[in-house]
Amino acid sequence: MNDDAQAIPADSQLKRDMPLVPADSIAGRALVVVIAIMTFLACLTAGGAILIGEASQAWRGDVSRDVTIQIKPRAGEDVDAVVAAAAEVASRAPGVADALAYSKAQSEAILAPWLGDGVDLGQLPIPRLIIVHMQAGHRDDFEPLRAALAAGAPAASLDDHRLWLSRLDVMAGAIVVFAAALFALMIVAMGTAVGFATRGAMAGAREIVEVLHFVGAADSYIADQFQGHFFRLGLKGAAIGGGAAAAFFAVAAFASFVARRTSAGAEIAALFGAFRLGLPGYAAIAVIAGAIAVLTGVLSRRIVFRQLSVLL
Amino acid sequence: MLRFDNVGLRYGVGPEVLRDLDFSIAPQSFQFLTGPSGAGKTTMLKLMLLSLKPTRGTIHIFGAEAGALSKDEITALRRRIGVVFQDFRLLDHLTTYENVALPLRVMGRDEAGYRAEVVELLRWVGLGDRMNALPPVLSGGEKQRAAIARALIVRPELLLADEPTGNVDPSLARRLLRLFVELHKSGTAVVIATHDLSLMDQFGYARRLVVGDGQLRVFEGDPR
Repeated sequence: MNDDAQAIPADSQLKRDMPLVPADSIAGRALVVVIAIMTFLACLTAGGAILIGEASQAWRGDVSRDVTIQIKPRAGEDVDAVVAAAAEVASRAPGVADALAYSKAQSEAILAPWLGDGVDLGQLPIPRLIIVHMQAGHRDDFEPLRAALAAGAPAASLDDHRLWLSRLDVMAGAIVVFAAALFALMIVAMGTAVGFATRGAMAGAREIVEVLHFVGAADSYIADQFQGHFFRLGLKGAAIGGGAAAAFFAVAAFASFVARRTSAGAEIAALFGAFRLGLPGYAAIAVIAGAIAVLTGVLSRRIVFRQLSVLL
Repeated sequence: MLRFDNVGLRYGVGPEVLRDLDFSIAPQSFQFLTGPSGAGKTTMLKLMLLSLKPTRGTIHIFGAEAGALSKDEITALRRRIGVVFQDFRLLDHLTTYENVALPLRVMGRDEAGYRAEVVELLRWVGLGDRMNALPPVLSGGEKQRAAIARALIVRPELLLADEPTGNVDPSLARRLLRLFVELHKSGTAVVIATHDLSLMDQFGYARRLVVGDGQLRVFEGDPR
């Protein structure tokens, strides 16, 4: 067509390969913010569930490592002798690492926070306790100890903390279910937001879609463009939200470390651990953020296909 | 190449806006589609482009019945048709080069493979120095030329143009029409919708498809 052929412009001289769906729009920026917030909350939920789960495992380990022998004082009986005999029997039972008998004063000290300092506990029949540490590998095998106590110290009763353990299991399970429900709600909310944004973007880009159709673009090609667009928005939002959540846990771990010497910090640490999420926790945040970006792209693709199916 | 048999079109439950359309477009033919404003020229072009479905009758295009085509088959057929819209329909966020290259891009062709032909065509239509410009800064005539170049870049078998010279001066209009004629000579069937009588008079040999009162009358051109 052209007689006076001129040089073909070099790569740097031609502006090209712009995305077919405009990258920057108010709706797009709003969606990034929504996805960032949702990702942040989803990661907080997941991270919180991981921390609580790990803390409950720690509590479970502490509780299941020990069992308690309780001896109720009976009239006319030398309770110290019964306690010493029971401790002796317990320490020789299979699977027991050691048995520590609490003195009368120690037993009273345990009750002091509940009964106050003004009560003369000497007048009360305070049960005596023997704390038994089990050897590793015998933490669920209390029957030999129970049998030894029945034979050698019939006045002693054994509390293997099963009631507490079952309550801990129920609590941990409830937290996991609650976290999963919260997570599911966030995903549904985010999916709805992505759906609105995609339909809005489709409406705003109606002319682009029509032109693409007229120049011979297949539905799958158009859907690819929207999927790429929303995947990029999702990735941006998820990176911001996931990054903020990771930063939150890092700061919380540092604050917990700094505050661990205070009484409040020690209590929080006892309840929730040291807020150290660990590598698997941060990996979970990265996986959630990536999954949210992919979900955003896939969801928008489905919506675009559905919208295109009604166009000629 | 394209045949309308007893085609009618109505919107909703209203009266038929086009009725009893019986005509065909032969390969390598050249015709004007004309009629008063609002007569239905653009609607006719949309029917030819399969972006509207007739409410009755059948359209055969490239040997296939349009009503029986899947979306993918319609997409494949549209790649054989070039179209110039009255309102240009350039994508404002893409450069002139990208707009013209769009049909090749959506086909999945490699940019390095088509860059030379896109640049050559842009220079031919006088947009060699506007390749990186965005449509909002182009004049009406420049947009028109970009739209025409986008339609021509795939060397279509059928070219549908809606008022392609409506926004350009007479000398550029003649030049653009020469482009259409060259395309026609190289084997493309051309349908140009216009109500510019002087333009049609320059091509006395072209058929005239005249739309009026919802019907179509066909006037064969003078033999060359």
